[in-house]
Amino acid sequence: MNVAAYWQDFFRRNGVAVALFLLISVGFWVFMMILLPQLFMLDFSIRANVPPPKFGSEEHYYTIEHYQYMIFGSAQSTDSYNIIDLTVFFRTIIAAITVTIIDLALCYPIAYYLAHVSKGGWSRLMVLSLIVPFWVNEILRAFAFKIIFGSTGVINNFLVAVGILSEPYDFIRNDVALWAGLSYAFILLMIFPIYNAVESLDKNQIEAARDLGSPWWRIHWRIVVPHAKPGISSGCTMVFMLTAGALAAPQILGGPSSLWFTQIIYQGFNQAGNWARGSAYAIILLIACIAFVLIMMKIFKVKFGELMR
Amino acid sequence: MSADVRLENVWIRFGDFIAAKEVNLHIQEGEFFTILGPSGCGKTTLLRAVSGFLEPSEGDVLIGGNNVAGIGPNRRPTALIFQNLALFPLMTIWENITFSLEVKGAGKSERRKKAEELLELIALPGQGDKMVNELSGGQKQRVAIARALCAQPDVLLLDEPLSALDLKLRQHMRTELRAIQQQVGITFIYITHDQGEALTMSDNVAVMREGIIEQVCDGTTLYDHPDTAFVASFVGENNLFRGKVTDVSNGIAAVETPEGTLTGVVSGKEESAVKKGDNAFLFVRPESFRYANGSDSGNTVTAKVFYQEFEGHFWQVFLDTLSQKRVKMSFVNDGEEPQHKKGDEVSISFNEKVATVLPEGPLAAE
Repeated sequence: MNVAAYWQDFFRRNGVAVALFLLISVGFWVFMMILLPQLFMLDFSIRANVPPPKFGSEEHYYTIEHYQYMIFGSAQSTDSYNIIDLTVFFRTIIAAITVTIIDLALCYPIAYYLAHVSKGGWSRLMVLSLIVPFWVNEILRAFAFKIIFGSTGVINNFLVAVGILSEPYDFIRNDVALWAGLSYAFILLMIFPIYNAVESLDKNQIEAARDLGSPWWRIHWRIVVPHAKPGISSGCTMVFMLTAGALAAPQILGGPSSLWFTQIIYQGFNQAGNWARGSAYAIILLIACIAFVLIMMKIFKVKFGELMR
Repeated sequence: MSADVRLENVWIRFGDFIAAKEVNLHIQEGEFFTILGPSGCGKTTLLRAVSGFLEPSEGDVLIGGNNVAGIGPNRRPTALIFQNLALFPLMTIWENITFSLEVKGAGKSERRKKAEELLELIALPGQGDKMVNELSGGQKQRVAIARALCAQPDVLLLDEPLSALDLKLRQHMRTELRAIQQQVGITFIYITHDQGEALTMSDNVAVMREGIIEQVCDGTTLYDHPDTAFVASFVGENNLFRGKVTDVSNGIAAVETPEGTLTGVVSGKEESAVKKGDNAFLFVRPESFRYANGSDSGNTVTAKVFYQEFEGHFWQVFLDTLSQKRVKMSFVNDGEEPQHKKGDEVSISFNEKVATVLPEGPLAAE
């Protein structure tokens, strides 16, 4: 079908009003909300850092110095690489991978239980108790974690009281609070895609495998996990992306020595007044995350369309 | 290897609901045994108790003489073919068939070889690398059978596996299933609500109603000598005449009905299931009726032709008796036009030897 005929058909099927609404809203969404901000960000990242009045002037020339800075550091520095920023960058990526794995390990059993083991009222209650905590906003949740993981928080008090610890453990400095907070923050984004995928599995398949002699782990490995793969990939993608890009939890729960890559970006924009470098770093994070996800999809043979299921 | 299956005093309860009530069955080794009943009668529940997906509330299941209580489905010498087959759509056909070997840790070459053997048996040679969704309904059916057989069960359990197929294929698969059963020689327990399947394939049939086994016997006995009113009304078609027994002699009962006194053979679980003075049911199958000629003495009913239905191999004639009872008779299509027309008043009769007199009891739902 040629393009003109396609649009004619599109208008005929939906009616002019609906068709226009769809076109305008989707167009607005894609262009104004997604493309345009990113393009501006990209533009910022490849120009010199100048104050707004000089935008567009000759001093606002194109350069890749901010990207170079990320790798090699400032020209005055004695180090040949920008050790600090690179370390934070890779630590952030690795931490995001770890959080994703932790969430997957936690959420797969829960999702499976919800979808195939628990019954009616009980499973609705479980879903509700998973959702309700997220009515509390992110910042409050992070502070709540800071309180309970603090040196005089309930966890330390309890562990000391029962004698497991002789003195309080510094969960904050050792990033335990941060890991817990991040793992918790995106747990629903892992559970629901997996739940949806697992739920659509015909129970008879599980029973058939069992009837053919399969132990439980093989049923999961051969039947449930392959079936749930699209849900698992989409959950992992979301959790990874959002963890790598998280700001509030690292800001509040991170120990004094730990820096998240987003915090560096934030500093670029807000404290150093260097929007250009902030943009460059943000673009680097975005591209790195997308590349990582694409590589993982290739390795685990996930097709792009499966993420949308 | 084949094994017999024994259900001894099995009760299955779900809360207040009783799915199986004091079931006693002995299924012989190597037998094609069918449990026949309307949906919701508890037949699938019974099958699940044999396969191990649920434990009876009371009573024992013995397979090959061993009590299998507490043994899970993955450790029982049974294989179940599901109503929807439950093939694994993400595996190839050969992986599906040899899944039970994979579980046992067999190597790939061994599994491929076994798969090819079984594909041969189910007449799908060389199709092992296809995916499930590339097969037709009948082929999927056969793959499900091969997958179950690959586990080398002593007892194969089949839960209405033909119900999703169209008529022609279903009929074809009946013959094929029976042939496969003869070939492998293991015990088949087949669940169905389709009496045609039950009668054509089985060595023995158990008819089940609301958790109770009504009758266990071979197909011809089931059809010709039902033990209960339920069996008579559920298996095949039957015309029911209600009445009071006026006389019983030599196994023949006379029943006084609104259509007159009719006679038939006394059937039922006990020797003298109906006695003089009892209320009783007299059943006459549609094919047992014929248009009466002068020589007929008893068992003649006067009725008006209401409607004639052509079904290809036979005609169904619906008639209304003088007491406004709808009676169905059928006769083979011999190419001639039906003898009578709508509205004709006719006499129909039947031989008392093919009529059954049974004590009153619950009937199958229409």
